Amino acid sequence: MSELAISALNEAVSAGPVTVRELGLQGMITLRADLSDKKLASALKALTGLGMPAQRGIEREGDFAVAWMSPDELLILCPHAQAPKLEADLASKLKTIHHLVVNVSDARAIFAIEGQGAREALAKVTPADLHPEALREGELRRSRLAQVAAAFWIEGEDSIRLICFRSVAQYVFDLLAMSAKEGGEVGYF
Amino acid sequence: MSTRLARGGRLIDRRKQMSFTFNGKRLKGFAGDTLASALLAENQMLLGRSFKYHRPRGLVASGAEEPNALMNLGEGAKFEPNQRATTTELFDGLAAQSQNHWPSLEYDIGIVNNYAARFLSAGFYYKTFMWPRPFWKHVFEPIIRHSAGLGRAPKARDADRYEHFYAHVDLLVIGGGIAGLQAALAAGKSGKRVLVIEQTAHWGGRAPVDGVEIAGKPADDWISESLAALEAMPNVRLRTRTMGAGVYDHGYVLAYERIGDHQPERDAPRHRLWRIRAARAITATGAIERPLSFVGNDIPGVMLAASLRDYVVNYGVSAGDRTVVVTNNDDAYRTAIALVEAGLSVPCIIDARPQANGILPQLARNLGISVKTGSAIAAVKGGKRVTGVTLCAQAGEGAVTEEIACEAVAMSGGWSPVVHLWSHCGGKLLWDEDHACFRPDPARAPLSHDGAAFVMAAGAANGAFAPSAVLADGLRAAQDAFGTKAEGTAPSANDMAEEPMLPVWIMPQGAPVEKRMKMWLDYQNDVKVADVQLAAREGYESVEHTKRYTTLGMATDQGKLSNINGLATLADALNAEIPQVGTTTFRPPYTPISMGSIGGEARGEIFQPLRRTPIHDWHAEQGAHWEPVGYWRRPYCFPRTGESHRDAVNREILATRGSLGVLDASTLGKIIVKGPDAAQFMDMLYTNMMSSLKPGKCRYGLMCSENGFLMDDGVVARIDDETFLVHTTTGGADHIHAHMEDWLQCEWWDWKVYTANVTEAWAQVAVVGPNARKVLEKLGCSTDISAEALPFMSWIEAKIGGFDARIFRISFSGELSFEIAIPASQGRAFWDALQEAGAEFGITPYGTEALHVMRAEKGFIMIGDETDGTVIPQDLGLGWAISKKKTDYLGKRAQQRSHMASPDRWQLVGLETLDGSVLQDGAYAVADGSNGNGQSNTQGRVTSTYYSPTLDKGIAMGLVLHGPDRMGEVLEFTQLDGGRCKAKIVNPVFFDPEGEKQNV
Repeated sequence: MSELAISALNEAVSAGPVTVRELGLQGMITLRADLSDKKLASALKALTGLGMPAQRGIEREGDFAVAWMSPDELLILCPHAQAPKLEADLASKLKTIHHLVVNVSDARAIFAIEGQGAREALAKVTPADLHPEALREGELRRSRLAQVAAAFWIEGEDSIRLICFRSVAQYVFDLLAMSAKEGGEVGYF
Repeated sequence: MSTRLARGGRLIDRRKQMSFTFNGKRLKGFAGDTLASALLAENQMLLGRSFKYHRPRGLVASGAEEPNALMNLGEGAKFEPNQRATTTELFDGLAAQSQNHWPSLEYDIGIVNNYAARFLSAGFYYKTFMWPRPFWKHVFEPIIRHSAGLGRAPKARDADRYEHFYAHVDLLVIGGGIAGLQAALAAGKSGKRVLVIEQTAHWGGRAPVDGVEIAGKPADDWISESLAALEAMPNVRLRTRTMGAGVYDHGYVLAYERIGDHQPERDAPRHRLWRIRAARAITATGAIERPLSFVGNDIPGVMLAASLRDYVVNYGVSAGDRTVVVTNNDDAYRTAIALVEAGLSVPCIIDARPQANGILPQLARNLGISVKTGSAIAAVKGGKRVTGVTLCAQAGEGAVTEEIACEAVAMSGGWSPVVHLWSHCGGKLLWDEDHACFRPDPARAPLSHDGAAFVMAAGAANGAFAPSAVLADGLRAAQDAFGTKAEGTAPSANDMAEEPMLPVWIMPQGAPVEKRMKMWLDYQNDVKVADVQLAAREGYESVEHTKRYTTLGMATDQGKLSNINGLATLADALNAEIPQVGTTTFRPPYTPISMGSIGGEARGEIFQPLRRTPIHDWHAEQGAHWEPVGYWRRPYCFPRTGESHRDAVNREILATRGSLGVLDASTLGKIIVKGPDAAQFMDMLYTNMMSSLKPGKCRYGLMCSENGFLMDDGVVARIDDETFLVHTTTGGADHIHAHMEDWLQCEWWDWKVYTANVTEAWAQVAVVGPNARKVLEKLGCSTDISAEALPFMSWIEAKIGGFDARIFRISFSGELSFEIAIPASQGRAFWDALQEAGAEFGITPYGTEALHVMRAEKGFIMIGDETDGTVIPQDLGLGWAISKKKTDYLGKRAQQRSHMASPDRWQLVGLETLDGSVLQDGAYAVADGSNGNGQSNTQGRVTSTYYSPTLDKGIAMGLVLHGPDRMGEVLEFTQLDGGRCKAKIVNPVFFDPEGEKQNV
């Protein structure tokens, strides 16, 4: 019944100078393994076309992305419907090395924060350094968003992507919508 | 009277008039005024009453140090008490009310306290505890409570919004006077990230008021040029109305930005709390002028000399036609000169020093002002405002030599550097003999993680008072901050050589006690010279104790004006040197900040994260009564219209046991444990054997901390040889995952095991009751789920009604039960399909309370009810779940300690009241005799207790001394009303002890 599947907020939008949008269903796979293992790199290349991200890095191309989450953990983004197959394919290619691959698509929610001031809206709720010199395109930052965990990266000019746990999606949406509200422009970055 | 002058006022715009009210009276001011300057311009001298004696109080200062002019501001949802008029920018429509008076500001009944002053001496509050004893409770305390507090507490919910903002900088410059600007100019050239914050709406600090010229030009010109240069630097940011509030470890600094206070109509956050990580911070926070202690120094019209000058120069406001200046230093002469230049009269300057021959005194004399050296004020005349002063010699006991009529007194006892922010994080101070003040000791600066100083003081805040010294110090601070020589040199300024000041702590020097009782140190808390001296006589030698005993410096201004005078008085009384007495601790915030700004965005809907399952909205639509479980909300029950919660719970249980119930169990923790060493790891985590579990099977297990105490339980399903799925309690998901990672990363780092918390990836639904299998079969299963194909404690992956599912045959209710895990994105659709299919069986959603009752009927323990962090599995009759074969598991050794292995530990039993009633939760079983406190001895306690609708009687579980050996024995349990309730010890499994119902 995957045709009945819906994301946590069913693509809710808060429009304004900075728009906050839940992006709907997103495939996500957690992969834990020895990241220096060549079999891992070649499996990734074969299945996503992407290379191994550097520490705190995120590699993106088309519908796929591979992000460094910790010294032994990656997050792979793919279309939601493709996640079960990608999970199985990865597991089969990595059979000979110690690893854990698990489909976490439905454990998460993903948001876009877009518009001039997107960085500032986010900087109201995360202690991470969002200065354009500090957080550049190509880096994924895991941090705190007010009272919950989150990870985010710069998708492009004035465009940020953010991932949080599914159960707190409404909280994160409300938090970002409040931070992006007109009148709260900081004029700092 | 105080009034607006015809000319002058560098900060006001006379073309923009604004109206405001004070105690309902309509008044006018100009754009650029502070509430204080506008009130003074309208001849409003009396602004409030003091805390203890309700003495009349007027403006003393012009800035953040003001102790008296505190107002109730705004109305309704915009109301806020204790707002400082001197830092409140005027806006059209501002509504202010004075505080701490009844029935009115002009006629205040509390002034009677003034005449009872001898009963309200230092430490009177503490003394009321001692004698006579009954008086404290019945007389003193009610009176003190009634008169306590300055402003009113707000009654309405705050209408404004607040926020935080995180900034990371290489250098934070706190203070936008000439020292701060010079530091920023030098630091900005480095290209590093620099943020400069200024608490007022204006840059430049005092320099323009004091006639400073920099590089041959008026200070205002240099300030504008410097700002233009800083604004042109892409790496520099400038913020006005942003106060450095606190400096903390590792370069963490809080700054308080006031966005909406002066433009309340704007739809914007009112305050923004900046949470700054600064590699280095420069505190260029200036200095505060000190009052002098003479009789009547608290009468409205007695003001700090430089503040009085501020009102004239910045706002074109005079405090009175005739102002007497009283000083111990040259700086106050600037006030006299500014007043005369503004066309006002200065009858005389009273200088406590034997002589005054510096440049400024000479300039004053040249203007025809009379300078009386070696003199003092004997007393200020007046009640609600100054009418004159009497003079005496500083050296004597105060014999009056002359009386002078005047409307204002400008006093200066010297200057104290603002060392607050330097001190917050451990910066130490030096005593500067020349200026009789504490200033930062650069050798003992606050240190950062790297052992280097991360705070540098600059300018007047560092004890550099002459303008050229201030500028040079700003440059030096920037160099120190980056450890390099910054480019450029500091510009020169028109320093006027000043002669040494004379420390004067009391005026006149030999004033007798009746005079010292009228010399105010702390205006807001009514602490006088005599109070501090009394404290010293009563044995208070430590300045911290004296502070608390006398309340000196404990008011909302935190003693900005009173601290140095107070501790100098204490030092004198103790016959000690001031630096030996030391200062009290400087704590953040520098001035009070709003509670709203501290809370930031965390209010209303986003006060706290609320975790929602995929089925949450359905529960809400059904009107579920919620129970908070961690950050989740779970339905406690689903009451129907007119149904009580208890009735709803009973109905849900009977419907489930009778036919079909469903529970949203999505919040249960789900953790994947995988790897070649996963089985070994599982054997260590659980007390029972998990490595022998076959793929496709489930096993209940117990997890203990390394200290042996039971901390979580749940069902483990083996997915394949290398993979386990661990179910934890709802509250345990995150900490059990952390517990696993802790052991894997810190202790067993060589074990090949990975874990992942997938709790939220799945919606989980318990389908429970005799018709559970029927409803699933009706939906359509892709596999056989009969008792033979899918026996109790096994699981299978399948499609149910087209949904991807994992079906676990486990039961927490004792019924035939399937827990169905569905990908979270399909969870709601599955739930809806289930409701529809179950209609013919009377499908009944049930909540956490029905879950609790049903598990208690079966004698299943609940983490948090039967356990409380002191309970071990052996206490709960769970010895069967503790492996004897395993050489080790977490908690095993701890459980072998003598006390843990003692047969006298209370053990789990079932309890049944003799009359069928429900035992009270947490009730104790009483034993013979009493303990040393006269309390009954106990021999057990209730851990869970419910009404069982299935059995139609009260059932309970409890821990009882030797309980399992005492079956059938009757115990007495306590009741809240003092009575006793008799209950019999029984088997804790009340319902279907053979397990026939779940095993079908």
